[in-house]
Amino acid sequence: MLTSKKQLLVWILPFLVLVLLFFIVPLLYMVISSFSNGGGFTLGHYQEVLTSSYILQGFKNSITLSAVSAIIALVVTLFAVYAMMRFSEPVRERILMVSNLTSNFSGIPLAFAFIVLLGNSGLFTLLFEKWGIDSLSSFSLYSWGGLLLVYIYFQLPLSLMLLYPIYYGIQQQWKDAAALLGASTFQFWRKIGIPIMLPGIVGTFSVLFANAMGAYASAYALTGSNYNLVAIRIGALLSGDIFAQPELASAIAVLLGVTMVIAMLLSEWSIKKTRRNL
Amino acid sequence: MKKKGFADLFFVFLLLYLFLPILATMLYAFATNWNKTVLPEGLTFKWIATLFQDSSFIEAFGRSVLLSGGAVLLALLFIVPAIFVIVLYFPKYEKWIQAAVVMVYAFPGVILAVGLIRAYAHIGVPMILAVLGAYVISILPYIYQGTRNSLRSVNARQLLDAAELLGASKAQAFSKVLLPAVYPGLFAGALLSFSVLFGEFVLINLVVGSRFETVQIYLMKKLSTSGHIASSVVFVYLVLMGILTFIISMLTKRSKGAAKV
Repeated sequence: MLTSKKQLLVWILPFLVLVLLFFIVPLLYMVISSFSNGGGFTLGHYQEVLTSSYILQGFKNSITLSAVSAIIALVVTLFAVYAMMRFSEPVRERILMVSNLTSNFSGIPLAFAFIVLLGNSGLFTLLFEKWGIDSLSSFSLYSWGGLLLVYIYFQLPLSLMLLYPIYYGIQQQWKDAAALLGASTFQFWRKIGIPIMLPGIVGTFSVLFANAMGAYASAYALTGSNYNLVAIRIGALLSGDIFAQPELASAIAVLLGVTMVIAMLLSEWSIKKTRRNL
Repeated sequence: MKKKGFADLFFVFLLLYLFLPILATMLYAFATNWNKTVLPEGLTFKWIATLFQDSSFIEAFGRSVLLSGGAVLLALLFIVPAIFVIVLYFPKYEKWIQAAVVMVYAFPGVILAVGLIRAYAHIGVPMILAVLGAYVISILPYIYQGTRNSLRSVNARQLLDAAELLGASKAQAFSKVLLPAVYPGLFAGALLSFSVLFGEFVLINLVVGSRFETVQIYLMKKLSTSGHIASSVVFVYLVLMGILTFIISMLTKRSKGAAKV
């Protein structure tokens, strides 16, 4: 029995080799490269990142864009899930399926769709011009506000997918019990519902935040390398739009990676906490 | 009920926000001229026909299918058996797979691209192989989720024990009993992975570039040259995604139904 169980370990070997070759080794090389200066050791790349106002601006832009898009998507889906609960379960599942379909709609195709709607001769741009609403027709898709709209789009399906099960965990019995004891709907949510869901909401926020921090394709398709985001900066330094600086790119990527790991650990921790509550 | 009006507003907004861009892009693919008017001036199949006559699109499509399909196939061959063995025989190591899943989420394409270039660009390895390998790893979360859920829903451990009690060998129990039972869930996970990879742009663009032109890179090129062709590409992409999502939901429903019986 023991030998046959040991033989089974052979099946795990190819998996370990794949993880090693295409995940661990590249990440190690990236870390090494971020400290290397043509062979020698240096902290210079990190020093450059932390003193370059341009790169720091990129971090700041990415963080605000990610946080704001995550918060807006969270608020919209929180209310939307609440409204969804009036439908029967099969209908809700169909809505989720359709929302999952739109979650595939990201990157370059998504950027293009927004160009059709809000680009220089986009549907809404023309509509606003026709109605004479200058403040809206002069809106530029290729700016922070435009990127925000695109980012909100790809956050929404993910947020819905993550919030639905958390919301679903709120038992009808709890509502009934609270109502019997004289609590209003508002009181139920304020004192019971929201506190129970809170860790889950925090966890969802950090997944959404990380999702946006790592996004590259939509911003690249809309603004090329012009808009200053961390991911765009890394891509530009790597492919050398001006001249390639892969070691500096590595240092930025390491810092971005650290941010992502912290966000993911936070979400893991909150999701575990939610599970205990439900 | 009466208080839901406010929340309903958000729900309607959500649906509109998700569907308007899709509908507009699809309409654009069939519009004769749509630069000065709010709605298109006429409808035509010209753009779709042009797209399918463009051999570089057909080739790009083939490359995308080959690359994404190849990665999914490799994952089925090498990752699924490992997950099977760990979940069924070494459950105490399962937390390591879960840790790997979280790490894969934490390091998106733009970070992995830096690592792949630093590790493999200067030692003569074809970079397309590096991207293929990274694709296999990047779908680990979907493959793990699909495999894990279907193993759980069929009570895999008891199923295998029962088959062995009745005289089947380990290999027979695995291939004749377990595999057919978990097949729908696995297949759904594989299709989901395929659709995710089909839309991948960062890794292929940064690591390999236009030397291996996939549908996404083709689309990126058309973005600045022809809006109509670009929207036709998006239309084809959306139809493909729609079909895949439909099959996935059918499969998931079937495997859920099987679990209830």
